[in-house]
Amino acid sequence: MQRSALYTILFATAVCIVCAIVVSSAAVSLKPAQEINAALEKQRNVLLAAGLLEAGEKIDAVEVQRRFENIRMVVVNLETGEEATDIDPATFDQVRAAKDPETSSVAPKNRALVQRLPDHVLVYEVLGDNGVEGIVLPIQGYGLWSTLYGFIALDNDLETIRGITFYQHGETPGLGGEVDNPKWKARWVGRKAFGEDGQPKITVIKGPAGPPAEDPYEVDGLSGATLTARGVTNLVHFWLGDEVLGPYLENLSRRRAT
Amino acid sequence: MESKNREALVDPLFNENPITLQVLGICSALAVTTRMDTSLVMSIAVICVLTLSNVAISLLRNSIPTNIRIIVQLTIIASLVIVTDQILKAYLWDISKQLSVFVGLIITNCIIMGRAEAFAMANPPGLSLLDGIGNGLGYALILMITAFLREFFGSGSLFGKQVMPLVSDGGWYNPNGMMLYSPAAFFIIGFLIWGLRVWKPDQMEED
Repeated sequence: MQRSALYTILFATAVCIVCAIVVSSAAVSLKPAQEINAALEKQRNVLLAAGLLEAGEKIDAVEVQRRFENIRMVVVNLETGEEATDIDPATFDQVRAAKDPETSSVAPKNRALVQRLPDHVLVYEVLGDNGVEGIVLPIQGYGLWSTLYGFIALDNDLETIRGITFYQHGETPGLGGEVDNPKWKARWVGRKAFGEDGQPKITVIKGPAGPPAEDPYEVDGLSGATLTARGVTNLVHFWLGDEVLGPYLENLSRRRAT
Repeated sequence: MESKNREALVDPLFNENPITLQVLGICSALAVTTRMDTSLVMSIAVICVLTLSNVAISLLRNSIPTNIRIIVQLTIIASLVIVTDQILKAYLWDISKQLSVFVGLIITNCIIMGRAEAFAMANPPGLSLLDGIGNGLGYALILMITAFLREFFGSGSLFGKQVMPLVSDGGWYNPNGMMLYSPAAFFIIGFLIWGLRVWKPDQMEED
């Protein structure tokens, strides 16, 4: 029915206020539960990358904690590449650190389109019977639509890829979203991250790559997701390169050598 | 039950099914039906949103100014969808990850706007409630049939449980991979529409 303009405006305002209250109270009251889920998801992905969790295996929070006993969290100072012993890894929040100007800096221009880098990052050492077996490193960068957040794990030779996984992204389901596909992620395992010159070399190509032994630096492409795949290559190169984790990896290999 | 009430609830299942007769909500029907568990959660989410939006809009139907009614409907629907999405993220994390953007896209599901505009704006809350449940169930029915066929023949499983052992796991069933692609849902829904119109010839459209 036709109403006065004032009525229309008041009605619209009332609807907006009621809806805003409903939506915001739902968001606020459910946030703690969602944060627990998100944190658990991240831990599961660390285990996945480390090879301590099979793809498709479902485990609860208790089991996640139990398996995390084989993992040592280390806060790394990106500039020096040394462990930062003054920061407690249990409470360190890398995402928050990257936002705070006190604990981060503008990232050098990079193809992964990362804007800010935290001064410290959290890495995970996978402990086995004979000491450290591998390390899980954080990676992030732009794909096609969104920033992908994930982990890449290396074996103790700091060269062979142990696993890769993404725990948060907004790529198109079925296309770029296939970065979540366990079969594709399995294609990374056993390939070499670095070339002869010590620089990151692993690249997602178009079309199929050979078996890891013959074709160690290339990973099968994702059909219909060329730009997401290119983003993944860029972000892996950026994070493993000299500008981010390079100094830390160098320190590690020097220490292993002695 | 009074016949009018029964009609509102039961008609959308076969006689006026939103997917097969009105061909609405096809987008999500293609996207989420590769597995039965995601389809079930999606169906429940749509039933909840549709029922609540129908009731809310029906309650307000006499006070909504005509010239802004569509945007008011959309605001109410969008709010309900966001709340649903938040609840799924809090309590059904794994499934909400698989459904990804499609829960948010319930906002654009034509069934919901369609029922709000065509039914709830003209009928009392009780009847609109039944209409919402009925149309939600009609959507759910087609979704579950499609998901059953796609998961069964595409992965040899139902609700994620293996019922036909796959060749790759040492069994005998060679899965039909095409079932997992979107076109398969088009074919299945097409066949369902065909079957339903053979059963109920009055649904056929004139040339």
